[in-house]
Amino acid sequence: MIKLSDVHKRFGELVVLDGVDFDVNQGETVALLGPSGVGKSVLLKHINGLIHPDAGEVYVDGLSVPHLQRKPLSMLRSRIGYVFQFGALFDSMSVYENVQLGITDEECAADRSYCRSRVAQCLDLVNLPHQTAEKYPADLSGGMKKRVGIARAIAGQPTYLLYDEPTSGLDPVNADIIDKLVTKLRDSLGVTSVVVSHDVRGSFRVADRIALLKDAQIRAMGTPEEIRASTDDAVLEFFERDFGTFLHEPG
Amino acid sequence: MPTVTLDARRLVGRFSLKAMSQVGRLSYLVLEMFRSLGEWRVWVPRTFEQAYHVGFGSLFIVMLTAGFAGAVTALQTGYQFEASLPVYIVGGLVVQTIILELGPVLTALLLAGRIGARYAAELGTMRVTEQIDALESLGRSPISHLIIPRVLAGTLMLPVLVIFADLIGILSGWWFAATGILQISNADFIYGAQYFFRPLDLWYSIVKSVAFGLAISLVPCYVGFTTKQGAEGVGRATTAAVVSASVSILFLDAVLAQILLPSG
Repeated sequence: MIKLSDVHKRFGELVVLDGVDFDVNQGETVALLGPSGVGKSVLLKHINGLIHPDAGEVYVDGLSVPHLQRKPLSMLRSRIGYVFQFGALFDSMSVYENVQLGITDEECAADRSYCRSRVAQCLDLVNLPHQTAEKYPADLSGGMKKRVGIARAIAGQPTYLLYDEPTSGLDPVNADIIDKLVTKLRDSLGVTSVVVSHDVRGSFRVADRIALLKDAQIRAMGTPEEIRASTDDAVLEFFERDFGTFLHEPG
Repeated sequence: MPTVTLDARRLVGRFSLKAMSQVGRLSYLVLEMFRSLGEWRVWVPRTFEQAYHVGFGSLFIVMLTAGFAGAVTALQTGYQFEASLPVYIVGGLVVQTIILELGPVLTALLLAGRIGARYAAELGTMRVTEQIDALESLGRSPISHLIIPRVLAGTLMLPVLVIFADLIGILSGWWFAATGILQISNADFIYGAQYFFRPLDLWYSIVKSVAFGLAISLVPCYVGFTTKQGAEGVGRATTAAVVSASVSILFLDAVLAQILLPSG
């Protein structure tokens, strides 16, 4: 379970998170929505300790992430797959090497035949042909890079998956493929996921619950139906301004 | 007038705070490096890879520079002391200048540009494209994967390159002095070289090059590792890395001369 409690974060004068409460139950997929630059990725990076809060608590599996020492933090991170917005693939490494680096268990990583079969398995899961393994990130399209990023994130068999804008910059067809992949991974691997996104329609399709981050706070959090039924001005403004009458469409 | 004084104080205050904060962060990075030394399975193979790039990759340009430096030193010595001092002085001066100063300093300055810029640009790009965050998110230490191999490779390979530079510089100076323009006999050159040579000089040259190697790898790694703000940040980091590494070399050169060379 993931739990953020009264989290505060500021960068210089800019207050990014101001008393944020956020929780994700085991096996659940939560979509975190909000305007650009509001701090969604910052919130996500608090979960695996890439950013530490100025105040407040961040718990994953009951462990206080900001207070973990190097070794336990590293072990926790090996259970959390992180899909970066622009892939963050290591450009000096092939796709195979990138995905292989995601195998976080040292014994497994040392076993070449396990690595070969695990990389192939992960590429299958994200619908990429095995020949992709030989290529380098520079040879891949945006959608393929995102899928390799997902393959790397799942290679270590994580219990949590954090997606940072997995569909941004993709055409609707590729965005749809990624959305289906998020659902498929939840169903086949049983992972708990947090999806940071701008894509409201996709989020309503994949998420069990939706949260809206606005003005440095979680303004609304609930099931898609609850969000649709919300009368909160901030929720209505965010969803209706950008997406017309989407809130009132049938689920 | 009081406003100007206040502004100047603020400026000095801000600068001091910034400098102290940078020193603090650099010290923290060094501490983290020591703490990560246990992960030798990660950093040892990567150090060999980096050492190859630093050493073999820089060998040609280092030898070329040292060759010209040795030749020019011999020519200028001959020009300045012609008919006023014994000719064997040229041998002594070429060897001493190359070993004590030109070999280590020129090689280090050259590598500050070549390796320092490369380290800062590589790590800076990795930082702004979230590759370093990705490494951390996979439970891997960027210190043992990226920093230790680069710093060790720079620190260990610079002395090796300096030995090559010293050799080529001396040989080139000798060749120019003896068989080239100055027409100094081999015996005179060797006599001069031996007359002024002390084994301490060689140690001094190597100790200096270890310190320079640390500076040209640690400073750019730190600057690259802490890069912010996209492509512009990488550009700024690369420039800052080369300037800081070069200034560090000149500073260390002065300090080490004071500490290591016996005075009087």
